Amino acid sequence: MSGGLSIRGLSKAYVPGKPVLRDINLDFDGQGVTAIIGPSGTGKSTLIRCINRLVEPTSGKVLLDGQDLVPLRGRALRLARRRIGMVFQEYNLVERLAVMENLLSGRLGYVPLWRAWLRRYPQEDIDRAFALLDAVGLPEHATRRADALSGGQRQRVGIARALMQRPALLLADEPTSSLDPRTAVEVMELLTRLAGEQDVPVIVNIHNVELAKRYCGRIIGMHQGSIVFDGPPEKLMPEHLTLIYGGEDWM
Amino acid sequence: MTRRQAFASNWQGRTALIALAIYCVYAAMQLDISWARIAVGLGEGARFLGRMWPPNFERWDTLVEGLVESLQIAVLASALGIVISLPLSLLAARNLSPWWISGPARAFIALCRSLHYVIVAILFVKAVGFGALAGVAALTVASMGFIAKLFAEAIEEISMKQVEAVRATGAGRLAVLLYGVLPQVASRFVGFCIYQLDSNLRNSTLVGIVGAGGIGGTLFAAFKRFDYDFVAAILLSIIAMIFLAEVISARIRKALQ
Repeated sequence: MSGGLSIRGLSKAYVPGKPVLRDINLDFDGQGVTAIIGPSGTGKSTLIRCINRLVEPTSGKVLLDGQDLVPLRGRALRLARRRIGMVFQEYNLVERLAVMENLLSGRLGYVPLWRAWLRRYPQEDIDRAFALLDAVGLPEHATRRADALSGGQRQRVGIARALMQRPALLLADEPTSSLDPRTAVEVMELLTRLAGEQDVPVIVNIHNVELAKRYCGRIIGMHQGSIVFDGPPEKLMPEHLTLIYGGEDWM
Repeated sequence: MTRRQAFASNWQGRTALIALAIYCVYAAMQLDISWARIAVGLGEGARFLGRMWPPNFERWDTLVEGLVESLQIAVLASALGIVISLPLSLLAARNLSPWWISGPARAFIALCRSLHYVIVAILFVKAVGFGALAGVAALTVASMGFIAKLFAEAIEEISMKQVEAVRATGAGRLAVLLYGVLPQVASRFVGFCIYQLDSNLRNSTLVGIVGAGGIGGTLFAAFKRFDYDFVAAILLSIIAMIFLAEVISARIRKALQ
């Protein structure tokens, strides 16, 4: 098959015998935003990181447009990674580089090393970077150092960096968890709008169930390394939340 | 009524202090350091100082030649040391390299640091002959040891989150170093390099004494000929040069912050 992402029989155990992910099977085809919700420590981050291989799966397949990413090494792995953008909880910008340099680092998988070193990026990349800066609402910040920005601004740069890759898939690992409630909504809005405009499917780990229901067309609930709910937000009922998070007192 | 104890008595500490004092007295006696000896020494010192004054700058051309050679040794050794220690420290950083690379790299750095640079200079004089080459080689080894060790430690303290993000874009190994690692440590690296240039300048005035080039050779020859007024001129010039270097490097460091 081709088109989209398929996960088959994915398992991960950091310590042998104590799996964090148990036999995950998922299909993502086409566009749209998918939220993964679940309690802390249930393997949401591990699942996302297994897709771009920041974490090595113990077993299973991750198929992107029909190609299995799990056995890839070296150059082949880098070529696969550059098609997958990632947004991080703590932004993970290179603090001492300028905003523009952080954006252009999204092209590192494409441009030759000497160009990256001398900052001689193709004009096309620079134009795109400026366009994305405008799109995320930071048109005047190209030459500022990343550590001079606020949390919300940094995450906007993080989103723009991921989109610089022209990704076939966008992963977001708790992109709003370090932000205040209002900024969290703004960032979520921006992320889903830009991804929609560029037809990039998004998989987002998120703690905030309300945000997930508001912005995502599909919700996957995880509990103890397994999927316990998979469906559109309107089907997500209180009993599902009990299944995902356990107990009822918190609701 | 017994008195309550407000402070714990420290018998070990007192015993150690008394033992140390006794040993100092014993060592002084053993080495024949007595008031009489000190008095003789002070008299000799006064005569020596008298012969040093006024400093004699008549042979200023020899002096300048030696100073320039020392400066060249220091700059060359620093440049070489910096160029070599950059890759060396990347290999030695345990968060970037697997243990079977970082282990040998760390061992090599430790080897560079284990011998005093004067001993290294003597070795190089014996190996490659008298002159500036030996001095440059000796101070290069010293610079490698210093910069590579401190820089490897700086690299081990970087945030791996930033590195992970660059890696996630599909960047190759060198691109990850350029964008994820070096920006985090560049300013500290420059700081180490300036400090090392400073101390190489100081050290390059000494390696000449063992025949490895520079003003030290001139100084040693002047000592041997009892030209104490020329010695004074050399010492004053060295102090002036080092002082100037301190001022300049302090300026640079300030500008970097």
